[in-house]
Amino acid sequence: MNKKEDVASLVREEVSLDEADRRLINGLQGGFPVCDRPFAEVAGRLDMTEEEVIERTSRLLDAGVLTRFGPLYHAEKLGGGLTLAAMKIPDAEFDAVVEAVNSFPEVAHNYARDHALNMWFVLATETPERISEVIGEIEAKTGYRVYNMPREAEFFVSLRFEA
Amino acid sequence: MGLDDRDRSLVAAIADGLPFVQRPYAEIGQRIGMDEDEIMTRLQRMVADGVISRFGVVVRHHELGYRANAMVVWDIPDAQVAEIGNRFATFDFVTLCYQRPRRLPDWPYNLFCMIHGRQRDVVLEQVEVLARECGLTDVPRKVLFSGRRFKQRGARYDAKDAELTVEALS
Repeated sequence: MNKKEDVASLVREEVSLDEADRRLINGLQGGFPVCDRPFAEVAGRLDMTEEEVIERTSRLLDAGVLTRFGPLYHAEKLGGGLTLAAMKIPDAEFDAVVEAVNSFPEVAHNYARDHALNMWFVLATETPERISEVIGEIEAKTGYRVYNMPREAEFFVSLRFEA
Repeated sequence: MGLDDRDRSLVAAIADGLPFVQRPYAEIGQRIGMDEDEIMTRLQRMVADGVISRFGVVVRHHELGYRANAMVVWDIPDAQVAEIGNRFATFDFVTLCYQRPRRLPDWPYNLFCMIHGRQRDVVLEQVEVLARECGLTDVPRKVLFSGRRFKQRGARYDAKDAELTVEALS
């Protein structure tokens, strides 16, 4: 891993936001209204115009500050599978294994973490059965064990990031 | 619960997000031949049923300066894990909290919580607060900060004809 390169890429990624952008991001995270003029309702809450909410939301999405504007589905309730998985990969092989793992379309985000289990990724599949198949395929392709850690219980928190 | 064909066609129509127009639900309705009221009723039901777990924006936290992203894992006796998990969830700096299986001998931890912060030392202090307040100072735990990020998309998966984005922040 090249630490210097990591820091440089992190610095580049920060986006500059003005006060109204921050107010909008914070105001939208609680949910988008389902009513005939939803942008106007948000605008009323945040003391903006409807046009401004539409324009800024669209721009923040284009800039990559927002990755989504719309619904986030619950995989299991839609009939799909979802799990968190980890692998223990020697440093020398890490990059090659990351590439192999990420080549599976079922792999969502994937992070290096500082532990013997040093690669952590989320698998999302069309059916629950497909999770164990994909795990088997990743193990076959990489030669390393995949530790499957599906959630057994969820303790509810509201996920918000103050902008 | 369960989705009918009209739900599925709505789900497919908004898979890539909502349109940026004054009446987004009316516009979606025009695309798939439903009226605005039906679209709104179906969306409200899917939110109420939890099929849609969040409806709104997904923030790329990294771009907002949240770089100290810690997965904090604990080895809690099984009988206490629900109580402690619910307790953790009341702290406003805890962003996600799940029970997951141990994988012995390599992985003895069964309770996972995420703290997304801007500074490492603040996050580490928050972990101390959790341990102290919940009486867990003697419980084995680890703090795994995230390093390089290789992929971040909302997990997408194919359901019939739509690629859907599902709740998948680890």
